[in-house]
Amino acid sequence: MFESLFRGFGTDSLFDEIRRLENQMDQLFSSSPWPAGIRSVQRGTFPPLNVGATPERVDVYLFAANLDPKSLDVSLQQNLLAVSGSRKVDANENAEYYRRERFDGDFRRVISLPDDVDPERVAAKYRDGVLQITVQRRESARPRQITVNS
Amino acid sequence: MSTNKSTNQDVATGGSSALESSTAMEKTERERELPMIPAVDIFEDAHQLAVQAEMPGVSKDTLNVQVDRNSLLIEGDVALDLPAGMSALYADLQTTKYRRTFALSGELETERIAASLKDGLLTVRIPKRVEFRTRKIKVDVA
Repeated sequence: MFESLFRGFGTDSLFDEIRRLENQMDQLFSSSPWPAGIRSVQRGTFPPLNVGATPERVDVYLFAANLDPKSLDVSLQQNLLAVSGSRKVDANENAEYYRRERFDGDFRRVISLPDDVDPERVAAKYRDGVLQITVQRRESARPRQITVNS
Repeated sequence: MSTNKSTNQDVATGGSSALESSTAMEKTERERELPMIPAVDIFEDAHQLAVQAEMPGVSKDTLNVQVDRNSLLIEGDVALDLPAGMSALYADLQTTKYRRTFALSGELETERIAASLKDGLLTVRIPKRVEFRTRKIKVDVA
């Protein structure tokens, strides 16, 4: 009896074709030789962020236009950085909307930084819609040049 | 195009262009990249049509808004404050270019377009020609 439930999802319907295409796209864009981070989020989560590192510091860039810096809450516990805030889009009451793609509401993103960041030395600035958080790394973790004595 | 988020390229590939001079070869490679499509709100009131586009990282210097009678193009480059020698640990954004075009219609007065950019939010306002502005039509009840 269960067979009849599944027979409808044959290979020839357009719906099925689209669904298979979706699955393939999903696999294409999410498959990675590395396992996903436990705090990783789905594509398109607001705000997107990039993290870059040098031996001296780690920089986190959050791409969030038109934020009120006062609404932001940035916290760093050991190497776990959490940024939360809210971004309200002021809807124009008298206007007719054709598209509403901009994110509206509360957001929170958590990302783990390298273990050697120093939570005491953090700076954040907001410019051109990018929140940049700079965390210095501990001296002891930096690569050192070791001279070999002959 | 690689979609792995943990590739070993620069944060927001090409963003270092603001700091370093790039070779011609790097440039053609960058131009081949697919630009990001900025999220937009589009709305219309009685007098004008407005487009608000999210372009964080774009400044007035790297923004380009072009309009002709038939189309509106918005594009911009992300310029970040990147320390020298930075390598990416994680990147949601894989490119530094935004681009989006819209087809316009004839009732818009594109000669009087106005654009402003604040904290990465671009607002473009295009007034409607006077004869196309919405008028309230009063219905008299007999």
